[in-house]
Amino acid sequence: MLGFIARRIVNYVILASIATVLGYVLASATLNPAARYLGRNPPIPEASINSILNDLNINPDTPILERLGIWITGLITRGSLGQSVTGNEVTADIVSRAGTSLRLLIIGSILGAVIGVALGVWGAVRQYRASDQVITYSSFAVLATPPFVVAVLLMIGATNVNRASGQQIINFTGEYTAGLDGGFWVIFGDRLVHLILPTISLTIGAVALYSRYQRSAMLDVLSADYIRTARAKGRTRGSAIVRHGVRVALIPMSTFFAYSFGTILTGATITENVFSWHGMGEYLLQSVTSSDINAVAGTILFTSILVLIAGTLSDVVYAALDPRVRV
Amino acid sequence: MSLLNPELVESSEHVEGAHQTDAVNSRLAQIWRRLRSTPRFWVGAIALLLICLWALFGLALYPWSATDQDGLAFSQGPSASHWFGTNGIGQDLYAQTIIGLQKSLLVGLIVGPAAALIAGFVGAISGYVGGVWDRVIVWFIDLLLVLPSFYILVLLSPTFKNASIVALILFLALFGWMVLARVVRGQTMSLREREYVKAARYMGVGGLTIVRRHIIPNVASLLIIDATLGVGAAILSETALSFFGFGIQPPDVSLGTLLSAGSSAAVTRPWLFVFPSAVLILTVLATSLIGDALRDAVDPTSGATRD
Repeated sequence: MLGFIARRIVNYVILASIATVLGYVLASATLNPAARYLGRNPPIPEASINSILNDLNINPDTPILERLGIWITGLITRGSLGQSVTGNEVTADIVSRAGTSLRLLIIGSILGAVIGVALGVWGAVRQYRASDQVITYSSFAVLATPPFVVAVLLMIGATNVNRASGQQIINFTGEYTAGLDGGFWVIFGDRLVHLILPTISLTIGAVALYSRYQRSAMLDVLSADYIRTARAKGRTRGSAIVRHGVRVALIPMSTFFAYSFGTILTGATITENVFSWHGMGEYLLQSVTSSDINAVAGTILFTSILVLIAGTLSDVVYAALDPRVRV
Repeated sequence: MSLLNPELVESSEHVEGAHQTDAVNSRLAQIWRRLRSTPRFWVGAIALLLICLWALFGLALYPWSATDQDGLAFSQGPSASHWFGTNGIGQDLYAQTIIGLQKSLLVGLIVGPAAALIAGFVGAISGYVGGVWDRVIVWFIDLLLVLPSFYILVLLSPTFKNASIVALILFLALFGWMVLARVVRGQTMSLREREYVKAARYMGVGGLTIVRRHIIPNVASLLIIDATLGVGAAILSETALSFFGFGIQPPDVSLGTLLSAGSSAAVTRPWLFVFPSAVLILTVLATSLIGDALRDAVDPTSGATRD
């Protein structure tokens, strides 16, 4: 099993490195950082634009491979991802933003997976009953709704709650209330309240996605012979479903978790932007808009590492569930 | 010996072909029977048909166009003259929503089938050929899955956002096929070992011909399902890109740009947000209902009964 996990990790590390290099090359090829300094009044002389671009290692006149070489050398020798166009170290930006994104991503994906799997199992066991139909149709409706519409609808709801109660119960703009005084618990509570709507907005989509897959994986398993065997040898229905059904149905799901992590990342990016959280998703969109190559490449590296971790975790779950891997 | 006689081979192939057509026909009939008795399919199909007709003819007798500005009605709610209300500069939201819907349908109806087609060919070739090619293709697919396609599209947006909608459609199709390609590859690898594929191979039929004649028809149901589900997915991708300003650019209108403009005023002027999002959700919902009903009809184990 350790061999299997190690092989998968090596695979993911290579994938993540190639993805980062590809991200860097793509960003260098499509973004035009010089545009930021052109057309200003008074105009900036071309020589100084060039020198700014050279300092940042983003001058389009330098061949991409040479810039890539400098960037990778900097990353390996100094752990530096270069400077963003605002002059900050990209690593410093990432450190200050990563926590915000991770908080949302970790809570959202764990809640989404747990609730989604539970609803999927429930729907499969009660196939075509009223509760299954309700779960099925609501997940269809959620999957047809773009994440930003969910987010805005939640904001409208929260505004109405606040208006009806006459006070600010649910805060939802930003990650915390700026300039709030108070002890640890006050600030903790404030952050928790700010977390409510973005988490719901991210989780609801993940729940809908996972419950659909878990339901169909579970239906495949429930019609298998070994469930009938388990029943025939005297297991109760509940025990047969949980011990023999859910466990087996989770095996394809564990692979699906890894593949769906990109969807969750996209959802988190959108959620962050709508709720004006200063996380990595917002950083990516801002950097593309401001043609900030180093910042974009740093974000891609960050994302690849997250995907690497998610993929490894799902392989661990896979190996734990499927005894065939452990041989 | 008869195999060496071209005439006999010809006729036996003909017989097999006829047999195959019969089998295909009865299978199609069976799928259609199952589909017909699924209420979800009818709800989705009729809704999608109505939405398409609405997108085509919804503006035929309507006095306002998407760019007209009514100087007497700024930011007004729905009324008899402006069915969905107007925005801050007096543009009619009903007309704009229809134009946005037309674009969404155009994007969805092209990108969904196109992505499924790419997935079918890449997946089938990768699974059939195997070896080094298979590994390279799977690596490439995995790479695209590691980098979320939304991120890639955002990164590439400077190259297509000021070009025509054709460029956007092209890029959406180019980055929307990976998951299905892996599924098709898995199916192909098991199909490759079937007797009739082996027989064809030993008779000297070329690889591409086998993929076209035996593999693709056998994964066709998967492809059709995913082409349908892909319509909704493509519409959602386009909307998300346009919402954040990486897709269709104002003053050009799409459901994404409308929602982007409407979201900031969603509390005070809800019609700017509610109508476009309702139209969007209904469209995507209709396609996913059809896709899901198709999947149930095609997959014989999906309705299995238990104790």
